[in-house]
Amino acid sequence: MTAARTVAPLLEARAVSFHRQDEPVFVPLDFQLHTGELALVEGDNGSGKTTLLRMLAGLLHLGAGELLWRGEALQRDLCAGDILFLGHQLGLKADLSPRENLRVATGLHGTRDGTDIASLLAEIGLRGYEDEPVRRLSAGQKKRAALARLAMLPATLWLLDEPYANLDRAGIALVNDMLERHTGAGGAAMVTSHGMVSFHGGEPRRIRMHG
Amino acid sequence: MSRPSLTTACAAMLRRDLTLAWRRRGDIAMPVLYALIVTMLFPFALGPEDTLLQRIAGGVVLVTVLLAMLLALDAMFASDIEDGSLEQLVLAPQPLALMLGMKILAHWLTIALPLIVISPLMAALLHLPAPVIPVLLLALLLATPLLSLLGAVLVALTVGTRRSGMLLALMLLPLCVPAVIFAAGAVAAAQQGLPWLAPISWLGAALVLAVVLAPLACAAALRIALDS
Amino acid sequence: MANWIPLWLHRLSSPPTFYRFAGTLQPWAMTLALLLGAIALYGGLVLAPADYQQGDAYRIIFIHVPSAWMSMFIYAVMGVASFIALVWRIKLAEVVAMESAPIGAAFTFITLVTGSLWGKPMWGTWWTWDARLTSELVLLFLFLGVIGLYRAFEDRRQGARAAAFLAIIGIINVPIVHFSVNWWNTLHQGSTVNVFGQSKMSWDMLWPLLTMTLATKFYYAASLFRRARTDLLALEGGKDWVRQIAQDEDAR
Repeated sequence: MTAARTVAPLLEARAVSFHRQDEPVFVPLDFQLHTGELALVEGDNGSGKTTLLRMLAGLLHLGAGELLWRGEALQRDLCAGDILFLGHQLGLKADLSPRENLRVATGLHGTRDGTDIASLLAEIGLRGYEDEPVRRLSAGQKKRAALARLAMLPATLWLLDEPYANLDRAGIALVNDMLERHTGAGGAAMVTSHGMVSFHGGEPRRIRMHG
Repeated sequence: MSRPSLTTACAAMLRRDLTLAWRRRGDIAMPVLYALIVTMLFPFALGPEDTLLQRIAGGVVLVTVLLAMLLALDAMFASDIEDGSLEQLVLAPQPLALMLGMKILAHWLTIALPLIVISPLMAALLHLPAPVIPVLLLALLLATPLLSLLGAVLVALTVGTRRSGMLLALMLLPLCVPAVIFAAGAVAAAQQGLPWLAPISWLGAALVLAVVLAPLACAAALRIALDS
Repeated sequence: MANWIPLWLHRLSSPPTFYRFAGTLQPWAMTLALLLGAIALYGGLVLAPADYQQGDAYRIIFIHVPSAWMSMFIYAVMGVASFIALVWRIKLAEVVAMESAPIGAAFTFITLVTGSLWGKPMWGTWWTWDARLTSELVLLFLFLGVIGLYRAFEDRRQGARAAAFLAIIGIINVPIVHFSVNWWNTLHQGSTVNVFGQSKMSWDMLWPLLTMTLATKFYYAASLFRRARTDLLALEGGKDWVRQIAQDEDAR
């Protein structure tokens, strides 16, 4: 990248790869992600997008290469809680209401400054469903509840696997809005998606995956 | 921005699991019913002689409680794996071992405690002499958390597999032999009027060791199981 | 952690190196195992005198005792290999640990069967809850647990890591089980039957026993080499060195 940057990137990958049963899931990747940036991870089905995000989140071990977090080797306790991951499984308890789910999450992570559960749930389109068990919500509403958790917790890097799935047009706009606000406030995000993303905050960085 | 304290996080975890158990309180009754049914089968199989039942009462209650716990063990992490909340827990900025310790505590409170509460009834069905019942309760109070802790480690190891029920029994059997021996030994000793403090102390020592080590092992096992 | 340990292990444990090394040693180990086993059997069954108390029945110890030693020895090897596999993620250590388990289970099983065969004339019953036999039975279940867990995973390497973890838990468990079973035995039986007596063994009986112990060691090595080689070929199927071997085989 440019030599002009003096600040270490938030996240830097050097020749990162991952093997499953000795078969490479994706070819060695190099990329940098700075605060305020959004990266789109692009690739076909099975190209390893989810694997990459799970590895960055720390759920999978680093196959090969190097991962740097603010210039230092990425370690679990160094960035615990600073990286949030939202995958296909939303991590919501079906027997708890959105409000209770958020309360558990804030109990573990803390609360982002200037947010509170009630107004956030209303803003995200779950007004009237705050105390309904998640089990009774539609797929899109569940997704919204998970997004509310994302907005609620203090973190720098968001790793979002297919955040647009199951969402209507308003929901997609909501995700884009959230991403803009997050990156605008000094956060960063990596997003995987098949579809085109209309991101208003400038051209996102693109990371191409080849199986 | 500051992270919540350990107490806050532990409380959130414990509250979550207890609320979940309460919302499905029908499930809590299942192990209790199972234990009662198994206990009732023994007199039918062996005949209603007082002396025979008395002699086996302690052991039968212990093994029945163990089996009832084994039945419920499988579910300890199952739903959390399914809906992805376990991943979220692993990524939370809190010591994973401690959080899992809270989960194990909640599991013990909802599964083992009801069993301990009805164990005097089970013992009475088999004519265990009343003076021995406090020793039985003490042995159960020490042995059941030990089983919950050991079981949690094994369940964490089988998280990535399918049909783990039988496998779990196979793995747990060698690990729970000492707990069964000492717990039943204490009851047997009390019944014969012998000193029963030694086996109880061994159980206590094993429990202390397990309380410290098992959550750590459980966390390590879960990280292995999720890493695929 | 000292740096030279992983380095040294890495060099020695590169799969192609080990594959060749094990391939060369395997027939020698097997030959030695068969030779020593035959000598030991001849010494034990023919040359050694009958025991003045137990008659000829005692001769089963020439199988029973070496098997019992091997069952524990293999568990220890499995534990150490498991530890290495978990800490340094070395594939060969995983293979050694996982391929040791069935061999160990077999030796444990032989120990149990011969123990009960020996028990019939001595105690008048096929099975007795003797402390040592009970511990051995628990050991068998530990082995079976490791094998079962390993097989339960779809990803073999992940299965190996989970099973390695279980093997290490088992290592902590073995002395506890032994202690508790001993305690239990004294509580319920008063005194245990002493299997081999405190009497000193005469040299005529001792040398076949030691020879058989050596033979089982070599057998374990040979069997492990063979299994590990097969496993490495399967695990490294896509690698160049395996392709090379396949091509050489084809050319023949």
